[in-house]
Amino acid sequence: MPDLETKPIKPVEKTPEDAEHKQHSIVPRSSVSGSTLTLVVAIMAFLASLTLGAVWTVNDTAQSWQNDVSREITVQVRPVDGVDLDTALISARQIVGSYPGVRSVNVVDNVAMAALLEPWLGGGLNLEELPVPRLVSVSINESNPPDMEAMAAQLKANVPGASLDNHRAWIERLTTMARTTILTGLLIFVLMMIATVLTVVFATRGAMAGSKHIIEVLHFVGAEQSYIATQFQKHFLFLGLRGALAGGFFAIVFFLFVGWWASGNPADPTSNQVEALFGTFGIGIGGYLSILLLIFIISVLTALTSRFTVLRHVGTLDRSSGDG
Amino acid sequence: MIRFDSVGMRYGSGEEVLKDISFDIDPGSFQFLTGPSGAGKTSLLRLLFMSLKPSRGLIKVFGKDSATLTNEELPGIRRRIGIVFQDFRLLDHLTLYENVALPLRVRGYEERSYRRDVIDLLKWVGLNERIDAFPPILSGGEKQRAAVARALIDQPELLLADEPTGNLDPNLARRLLRLFIELNRSGTSVVIATHDLNLMDQYDARRLVLNDGRLQIYA
Ligand SMILES: Nc1ncnc2c1ncn2[C@@H]1O[C@H](COP(=O)(O)OP(=O)(O)O)[C@@H](O)[C@H]1O
Ligand SMILES: [Mg+2]
Repeated sequence: MPDLETKPIKPVEKTPEDAEHKQHSIVPRSSVSGSTLTLVVAIMAFLASLTLGAVWTVNDTAQSWQNDVSREITVQVRPVDGVDLDTALISARQIVGSYPGVRSVNVVDNVAMAALLEPWLGGGLNLEELPVPRLVSVSINESNPPDMEAMAAQLKANVPGASLDNHRAWIERLTTMARTTILTGLLIFVLMMIATVLTVVFATRGAMAGSKHIIEVLHFVGAEQSYIATQFQKHFLFLGLRGALAGGFFAIVFFLFVGWWASGNPADPTSNQVEALFGTFGIGIGGYLSILLLIFIISVLTALTSRFTVLRHVGTLDRSSGDG
Repeated sequence: MIRFDSVGMRYGSGEEVLKDISFDIDPGSFQFLTGPSGAGKTSLLRLLFMSLKPSRGLIKVFGKDSATLTNEELPGIRRRIGIVFQDFRLLDHLTLYENVALPLRVRGYEERSYRRDVIDLLKWVGLNERIDAFPPILSGGEKQRAAVARALIDQPELLLADEPTGNLDPNLARRLLRLFIELNRSGTSVVIATHDLNLMDQYDARRLVLNDGRLQIYA
């Protein structure tokens, strides 16, 4: 370039040239239809958070059921003709107690048994007169369980009418159910992420179509495709973050409220039932952290999706532009 | 630095707008591209700038065959060329200052590093009072000078200008021509498309004349 200072067209004047000049964003915000996209992302983030929360709850609950159940096994002793039930119970207790890994052995006495059966058979039962099986409840060390097969075999051989129930079938059914629920939840979650991505793809393409003249000029002044993509990505990161924050926020509020409703109202019989079934309804620290992670993931996903959409299509707006 | 060899170009499936065009542009050269309105001057400049592809023939820009250029190579080539469009192509949502600085901004330079150059150039084209104005409120002549400033800001090796004096009064047009001549003396090749005979009479330079899509060259 020529030495411009030596041949000024106009006399050089003093202007505030060291002042910072405001930089407008190259792709104007108005070219991105932001509010609709924010709303969609917020709804998706909310639903995805609910799904995640549900998955957490089911997982936790199944876990605690499983723990409770696997901490205990039961020996059932049915009355057999000609055998004294109390003697049978004592020998069953002895056999079970001899295994390492057994923490305590408890014969459920007549009074407790009657209480258990009261809802079905009514009060004032005299169990001595009824052919009701008796139970020995055995609590075991889950990390070092006793050899159940040997125990069952020994009981069967030595105590007539005795059988060991380690609740395995029950645990297995529970686990399957929980897994199915969790997988369904994750599937829904993935579908929602895909829907979010597709929405962002369409929004980005719309923004590009509305900014065709800007993209053209950017090409002409030598901008690289990645630079152009970054201009769009900035907006979409912002929109994604805004939507995800709103959705995640409402989901967290939702879970806090449900947690409060389920646990903070012990007088309410409904909440007692809910709590008995699901434990405390709150999703725990892990659940809340995963919602925060989800907010982060959705905003990054939004930004990257728009970036790749721009990169995929921006080339076609350049050389074939016009019509030649 | 640029070579056209039997280049033909048509829009869509229409008639050929440019036929059998062959010429070179040498480093440091100055030429007018002229011809009546509709003769194909703008189309030829767009071919030079690779915003159009030829229908046939060979175009080499800085030694590269334009047909085999990838989208990744294009920005590097365009950064060596400054172009002034007939319709200016300023971005309405950016200030004049930002428009002129745009080529530097997209190259990733810090605003601080080029502030002084941009302001000096804006002064030079007489727009220092319009630095923070937006293009929609500018006159045609002001937009034109801003477009010229944007083309020059990164000191291109080749300057393409499409009717750069079309919106200027003769006095300003003469000053702008002086700017182009000065630029050429410092080593930039210049191609000015114009149908302004008055302007061409002010400077003795090579003339590429388009007529009916065919090119004749007067040295
Ligand atoms: N985008 C376009 N699509 C179709 N035809 C075009 C287009 N641009 C220009 N033309 C035609 O090409 C011819 C040359 O136009 P142009 O290159 O603009 O000439 P000039 O710049 O010399 O006035 C004209 O006949 C014009 O109608
Ligand atoms: Mg033209």
